[in-house]
Amino acid sequence: MTAANMLVDAAAQAGYYALFSRSSGPQIRGGEAAALLRLSAEPITSVDDTFQILLAIDWLNVVRFAAELPLGPDSLILADPAAGEVPEILSRTGARIVDLPMKDLAQSIPGGRPNMIALGVVAALTGLGVEPVAEVLGKSLKKKHADAFEASLAAVRHGAETGQSLDAPCRSLPAPLPRHGGRWTISGNHAAGLGAIRGGIRFCAAYPITPATESLEYLSSALPKIGGVFVQAEDELASINMCIGASFGGDASITATAGPGLALMTEGLGLAVSSETPVVVLDVQRGGPSTGIPTKSEQSDLNIAIYGLHGDAPHLVLAPQSIGDCLFTTQWAVHLAEAMQAPCIVLSDQSLGQSRAVIDPAPASPFFANREIARTPAEGETFKRYALTNTGVSPMPIPGTPGCQYTADGLEHAESGTPSSQASDHSRQLDKRLRKLVLHDYGSHWASIEGEGEIAVITWGSCTGAAREAVNRARADGINAKLIAPRLLYPTLPEQMARALDGVSKILVVEQSHLGQFNRYLRGEYDLPVRPDLLSRPGPLPIRPGEIHARLLAMGK
Amino acid sequence: MTAPTYSAKDFRSDVKPVWCPGCGDYGVLASIAKAFADLELAPHQTSVVSGIGCSSRIPAYTNTYGFHSIHGRALAVGAGLKLARPDLTVLVAGGDGDGFSIGGNHFIHACRRNVDMTYVVMDNRVYGMTKGQPSPTTEADWDASAMAPPGGTGVTPFHPLAIALASGANFIARAFSGDINGTAALIAEGVRHPGFSFITVMSPCITFREEQRDWKTIVRPTGFPPTSDPAQAARRLMTDDGFNMGVLYRGNRDSFAKPRSTECTIADLDSEFAV
Repeated sequence: MTAANMLVDAAAQAGYYALFSRSSGPQIRGGEAAALLRLSAEPITSVDDTFQILLAIDWLNVVRFAAELPLGPDSLILADPAAGEVPEILSRTGARIVDLPMKDLAQSIPGGRPNMIALGVVAALTGLGVEPVAEVLGKSLKKKHADAFEASLAAVRHGAETGQSLDAPCRSLPAPLPRHGGRWTISGNHAAGLGAIRGGIRFCAAYPITPATESLEYLSSALPKIGGVFVQAEDELASINMCIGASFGGDASITATAGPGLALMTEGLGLAVSSETPVVVLDVQRGGPSTGIPTKSEQSDLNIAIYGLHGDAPHLVLAPQSIGDCLFTTQWAVHLAEAMQAPCIVLSDQSLGQSRAVIDPAPASPFFANREIARTPAEGETFKRYALTNTGVSPMPIPGTPGCQYTADGLEHAESGTPSSQASDHSRQLDKRLRKLVLHDYGSHWASIEGEGEIAVITWGSCTGAAREAVNRARADGINAKLIAPRLLYPTLPEQMARALDGVSKILVVEQSHLGQFNRYLRGEYDLPVRPDLLSRPGPLPIRPGEIHARLLAMGK
Repeated sequence: MTAPTYSAKDFRSDVKPVWCPGCGDYGVLASIAKAFADLELAPHQTSVVSGIGCSSRIPAYTNTYGFHSIHGRALAVGAGLKLARPDLTVLVAGGDGDGFSIGGNHFIHACRRNVDMTYVVMDNRVYGMTKGQPSPTTEADWDASAMAPPGGTGVTPFHPLAIALASGANFIARAFSGDINGTAALIAEGVRHPGFSFITVMSPCITFREEQRDWKTIVRPTGFPPTSDPAQAARRLMTDDGFNMGVLYRGNRDSFAKPRSTECTIADLDSEFAV
């Protein structure tokens, strides 16, 4: 992982884009792990179909994740003969096997380590070269650990020389594109944290959970610097309710979790709906149900996010579509939650959250927490917290404001906030809480809609990148397909979807869940012109562009 | 110009409580209002947060920034509010089921975290709202309930004061709802004391626990001066008969707070990701 992070940094240094996702086992430290990298001169939003190079330091438990390492006849397997035979599950792909005695090579360098040899070999084979790697090594090691720096650099150089002399044909990176401005390296979890702060989040209470923890680590260090508060709660029940309390006090609030935590938070989310208290929940999805596969990705929290609350509880559900979009979407979530005084769930996932990418810097966006604040009422007027306004949004006072005291309540209430079990109050307040979501103008950010054609690929979240790549490949084959990826999953926007589907006669739904949750949602919530084809499977195997492309070719015949 | 002063009445709303006639919680409501007035607070600078249950209905009966949240989670809502808004006076109120059963874990961690707020539990040793089931503080042999087996649950009652002490609460007191002035004084002292103040108020449920009418004849002031020695407090708590009223522990831990200052800009945060 250290070598892979350095390779990403080196690629960024040299002007390339990179996507680095990881697959690791359940061990707390050590154990089997694979660093999965894609490098390109152009921006990357998806994994590719196969890997060109598989470099194995050892074969520890490789069977557990061999399926996540697709290889083909054009691929190279570089392996240390000292680690034993290349497992049949990999050799049968037809990939070319090249011996690379990394351990021996490392031993010939004082203080050399096999992973630095490997880094040098890959730098040479990809055409990245040693220089950017040397620069990254210098930044991370030179000052504090001069000896380690010299040893690592020597090992990288030795690896690169070895790489050049190998009989191992490999597609080299083209020259990098001219850079306009800087680039970022960031993970989806960090991007979501930064987006939250950009949107105005100043309070976070949370409980650690894989794979959301990096977001919390980021917020715990960044929030105090910007005048915010971070609290580690005793559980997710406390997390969501602390956030609700802080938001009631006037701070835009967020918590981050994964499926099991979201399940615990659903009662609190209902309270946020009823009491009209804005709050954002970042759910970094992982394999479920129950503890499932904590370290690996899946899109199977859609149902609980949309339908998991008891009662009629309209709220917001958004999903980012790339690592960079984790920033925009979380920032937008803060804005929407605050504007509508409603909870907003952001459905990221492990493949976005824990992957690190080189991206163009996220541009500024105009979405901030901008709560409609109640002021002290005029003499003789009574403040009504849940007044039935046309927009459904009623001004919310900040505690401390004289004359606006009210009780926020999970009990149904009258306009004043006083508990009420009357039928008329119930239906009016239900209408109000739905109205404010339905009437809001979400603009064009509600979905990514790209291309034209009779075939539509409808997908969401982390599958969007692969679908986009597939649509582009299909276009090159003369098949015109349209990409529709809603960023706003709830509430639904029937008119906008109908416009997006205008002229569409075939639909392919792409998602990463066993039950086809997104397909069911689309068919239940929208009037689709045709019954969709479905490309859906559970995690952790990502849906790759080639699979979607193949389906599009078949549909386009 | 001097700041306006408020009477206890100013801290009350005009919403009529759902409580039964004779319920101890009326006394606690009066005590909270009196304590706030005695502390010279303003209604808009105070907050009463609760969970679910008979006593948890209390926020709507106050003229403060109330929050009637969900069952067992009042302390979390209150802690979030106080950490975000240290300028407000935050009082969390509720019953024994809300606080010690469904909310038991939050109770322990609220004591441990020691946020500067006051927790008033109206303990009547029964679930009133659902019509009379045994609660965590119900006597093991109490069986006058449709849900309790003959002879009682046989389960030892929870000891909230001892748990609070062991968990780190910074102020521990016991009050009786029938003594409005005494309870108000203890609440006021709890509010003034830094950190997490826990006040259990014996608040009879005369509907499902009619025998609790006798409490007024049994309660007495504690014979001891308050101690700040946890070991001494523990010995007293574990040996008294549950009817000693007053301050039982006055700790000196610093309260948990998150100072807020801005040291950097969003652009600085952005730059951490620049290549």
